[in-house]
Amino acid sequence: MVAGATDLYPLDAVRRASWDVRVGRELPLLDVSRLPELREIRLSPSGLRLGAAVTFSEIAEAGLPDWCRALVQAAREVGGRQIQNRATIGGNLCNASPAADSAPPLLAFEAEVELASVAGRRRLALSRFLLGNRKTALLPGELLVAIDIPHPGPGTRSLFSKLGARRHLVISIVSLAVVLRLEASGRIDRVRLAVGACAPTAVRLKSLEEELSGLDVGTAEARIAPARLVELAPIDDVRASATYRLEATAELLRRALRELAAVARCAGGSDR
Amino acid sequence: MSDEPMVLRLRVNGDPVTLAVDPFLRLSELLRERLGLFGTKVGCEAGDCGACTVLLDGAQVCACLVPAFQLGDREVTTIEGLTRDPLGRRLQQAFLACGAVQCGICTPGMIMAAYDLLRRIPHPSREQIETALGGVLCRCTGYLRILDAVLAAASGRIPELPPSGGVGVRIAKRDGLGKVTGQDRFGADAAPEDALWLRVVRSPHARARFELGDLAAFCRRHPGIRAVFTAKDVPGRNRFGIYPDVKDQPVLAEGEVRYRGEAVLLLVGDRDAVEAVRLADLPLTFMPSDAITSPAQALAGELPPVHADRPDNVLVRGTFRTGDAAHLLASAPLRASLELETSFVEHAYIEPEAGWARRLGERIEIGVTTQTPYMDRDEVAAILGLAPEQVRILPTCCGGGFGGKLDLSVQPFLALAAWLSNAPVRMVYDRIESMASTTKRHPAHIRVEAAVDASGRMCALRFSGTFDTGAYASWGPTVAGRVPLHASGPYRLAHIDAEALAVYTNNTPAGAFRGFGVPQTALAVEQLVDELALRLGRDPLAFRLDHALRRGDPTPFGQRLTSCGLVPCLEALAPAWRELRARSEAMNAEARTRGDARRRGVGLAAMWYGCGNTAMSNPSEIRVGLRRDGRFVLFNGVQDIGQGSNTVLVQILASALGVPEDWIESTAADTALTRDAGKTSASRQTYVSGRATELAGRDLRAKILRLANAGPDARIVAEPGRLVVEDRGLRHELWLERLAADADGIVLEGLGRFDPPARAVEDGCGAPYGAYAFGAQLAEVEVDLGLGTVRVLQVHAAHDVGRAINPQQVEGQIHGGIVQGIGLALMEEYVPGRSENLHDYLIPTVGDVPTIVVHLIEDPQPDGPFGAKGVGEPALIPTAPAILNAIHHATGVRPRKVPVLPHRLRAALLAHGEPP
Ligand code: FES
Ligand code: FES
Repeated sequence: MVAGATDLYPLDAVRRASWDVRVGRELPLLDVSRLPELREIRLSPSGLRLGAAVTFSEIAEAGLPDWCRALVQAAREVGGRQIQNRATIGGNLCNASPAADSAPPLLAFEAEVELASVAGRRRLALSRFLLGNRKTALLPGELLVAIDIPHPGPGTRSLFSKLGARRHLVISIVSLAVVLRLEASGRIDRVRLAVGACAPTAVRLKSLEEELSGLDVGTAEARIAPARLVELAPIDDVRASATYRLEATAELLRRALRELAAVARCAGGSDR
Repeated sequence: MSDEPMVLRLRVNGDPVTLAVDPFLRLSELLRERLGLFGTKVGCEAGDCGACTVLLDGAQVCACLVPAFQLGDREVTTIEGLTRDPLGRRLQQAFLACGAVQCGICTPGMIMAAYDLLRRIPHPSREQIETALGGVLCRCTGYLRILDAVLAAASGRIPELPPSGGVGVRIAKRDGLGKVTGQDRFGADAAPEDALWLRVVRSPHARARFELGDLAAFCRRHPGIRAVFTAKDVPGRNRFGIYPDVKDQPVLAEGEVRYRGEAVLLLVGDRDAVEAVRLADLPLTFMPSDAITSPAQALAGELPPVHADRPDNVLVRGTFRTGDAAHLLASAPLRASLELETSFVEHAYIEPEAGWARRLGERIEIGVTTQTPYMDRDEVAAILGLAPEQVRILPTCCGGGFGGKLDLSVQPFLALAAWLSNAPVRMVYDRIESMASTTKRHPAHIRVEAAVDASGRMCALRFSGTFDTGAYASWGPTVAGRVPLHASGPYRLAHIDAEALAVYTNNTPAGAFRGFGVPQTALAVEQLVDELALRLGRDPLAFRLDHALRRGDPTPFGQRLTSCGLVPCLEALAPAWRELRARSEAMNAEARTRGDARRRGVGLAAMWYGCGNTAMSNPSEIRVGLRRDGRFVLFNGVQDIGQGSNTVLVQILASALGVPEDWIESTAADTALTRDAGKTSASRQTYVSGRATELAGRDLRAKILRLANAGPDARIVAEPGRLVVEDRGLRHELWLERLAADADGIVLEGLGRFDPPARAVEDGCGAPYGAYAFGAQLAEVEVDLGLGTVRVLQVHAAHDVGRAINPQQVEGQIHGGIVQGIGLALMEEYVPGRSENLHDYLIPTVGDVPTIVVHLIEDPQPDGPFGAKGVGEPALIPTAPAILNAIHHATGVRPRKVPVLPHRLRAALLAHGEPP
């Protein structure tokens, strides 16, 4: 299956790194980049549906409502504009890199994927679709059709942030998304956190979410610490050490929470 | 989609095209190899560099990632198509006029990305431009001039550069047009028709013995393979190396490999057949053994040595001693010391190595991207067992070098394959092969210690550096020779004990990279100088001024400096230094009270650099001529790798002759036609070849004036078919057709040769270089204490260049050097086997570039052309230490390892105890 094809050749390069040659592709390959259903962006009161072959430029420029901000921010960070014009959200998920930029926001939004095959269609929570490094729940002959994001409720804000050693074209050391709704009192009504590049797949931080809900933002911030990121299992690599990844995640989470709370307060809970 | 060939219809630059293609053919290959549109460049084939940027249905994409099967009925626009479009032409002009082009390999991609932007957003903000160009890497320019060019094209206010004006004038880059239009041919852009494809089979192991089986049988089984060549087939010397006495690297390994990526054998034949061979298909068995991965391990001696004839793994030990440093260090009232580790750094020129070769009877021609055509010729001749005259090197345009194209790469393979199979051959390294097999900057482990006497003056320095030279010598001896001489920094210092050790390991060979070890040295020494100043409670700039070398001073090795503008450099930085230091301290105090994690810091570093080879003859010869049609010709043996010699030398010649630049044509370097102008390295071309050009120009002018019987102040005026010399109101006419012309159509010629005087340093005394460049930079950084990230906000650079022949070109070199210095300080770390591509190996992008302010200081070099000396390498040297000093100013921390990756700085901050 191929759509934007931005990962079709780099895999060759990985294989050639051992001075060996291009290994034959798995043929036949189905080009799904022009299937109308896969190209649609549909916003409704119940949420957002993204066809799997929607490109990151299209997401960034669709004029999506404020609550989608994390997704839009992530779309702007996938490679350069040349890549964003071609790479698709479905490809990014199916390729299942632990550092895929679109995964943390979609996990934090509790997105579902819709899969189709000759046997019919099925839906799966994204968290159950991403199984490991380069591993998904996609069965042979199955196609990722769309990603559905349920509306997170009025007043919800979201944010994506990505840390790398340079500004553009960088594989994340850590990436994360926060989806937050505050009560009128300023306490956390609902928070969802997801982190990329710190485990074989991007993951939700459910235990921390539970711990933080109901707290005021200041107290919540103080609770965030590397030791509480129990779902993460980072490794040392050329980009950073494992310890650093945990620390940086905690720091970025604190900042994200602070920033979102400020935004939510300014907006006074209104939403489109 | 299957593998079957398909018929494809699409439009390219408005024209319909129909082709039968492999459905998986990349658009980049389709454009280049099938349609001959070589303006679309290829730097990585992985979406990492953007050199291949084209428009697909009006939107920018990486052509290397678009398969043919998705191209049906689509519209592709390439750089070649922009020449027909007003906006495209405006961008091309703006890139030329703003100095946005150096080597030019990134230029088509940059222009395409900018074109895409300006069509969507006609008047973009600087930030929008940055985002739009974020996907295209440039290794030469430092990006700022590119941003200027896009802004100029958008506003329509494109500066006009004069075509002539002589020395000191910003004339337009003479060879820029072919780069902005995509017409220039680089290493991968040309080859004889029907050239066979050449591939090197390389070792996947860092250390192994290997055995070869029945290659003839292998060839019989693979009909597309014409030949397989091994070490046994090398007709001449199967060894190469920079130094005549250290030729230690085999062209093809002989039963043993010493680094991952070492060449084992050559496959020649049809491209598809050659590419399809798997390692496992070959009768080749490796028996790996434990590799030596660091100098410490090499010196410990527990594993067998890398080379049997070097039992201690020491390639060379360079030393410089003067005075009695040991005694002073032991007795001085104040001392400070510092230890620092640096990493392998990759040149990351956007153009991978490539070229072609063909045999013509008993001669061979090689077209190749290179920095050093004449050394290539001599090495290839020895490898083939030929005389140098039998080898002709035709350098193509060079898409960046920075030292990395001073060593042989594809040259000997092309030569062997073409010679032995008597057929034209061609090869192009892919990015991984380029990164894994070619040289790097030496990683260094440096210990440095210095003392201050009772009067508060720095009096003694001890320096010891261990440099990982990898598996083969390459330029290791140059580094070991140059480093100790530069260890003192540009300071008055009488007691020095400096040693540099180059050690063999099983890592990628380290070679020449902008500065030959001096950037690593300055990183340690300039931090130590700061440390001493701080301990004395002195201002680091004032402390440096106290010690700065001045014109007339002897160097530590007793050479009197005839040109030295360091004090004016430091003084030029002083106002910004005071203002930014004070501002950052105020901001930090405020940030602390607010609980903000960001800190500002401002750091300084100074440098010096001997231009040209260390204590070795390095002459340049230049021939110029007057043609019968009244045009002047520069037979230019200098290889322009983007640094601008094609422009600068013509300006020098114009001023020497007393004629405008547009009367002068220049030929490209060609070892069969041009004289040996040496290599483009060591910041020597402006100084050495520039001087030779000046002498050649003066020689020719004198001949012309003599013929016209005119005095030295006469004016030369060209008119069709004749030359007029005006002298004190008199006109002398030279009828050129009456003069005999040589084979090149030349009626009068001028010759110039310059070899800067140099004397080896013995017993602490000598004169190893003819000229010294000086400079200083300050960097302002913002450190995020919580994340350990560093952003460089601005760099002010003051460089004594003797004379800026073309200020725009000089500034371009400085910008590019600074941005490479940022990479060295903050992000670049090559790990053999792990970062052999441009997404794991990070170089600065357009978003990582600070504001840059350049001050050009001109303290004329007496024997430089019109006073000029070099700047190519000096620009990079002070940047990284200035950044490290700025980090210290911001945080109180001195990281022990560069690059200062976020996790390293964060760990250092935690150990120091400050951060939140
Ligand atoms: S060659 Fe296409 S991005 Fe580098
Ligand atoms: S000019 Fe940009 S890479 Fe050389």
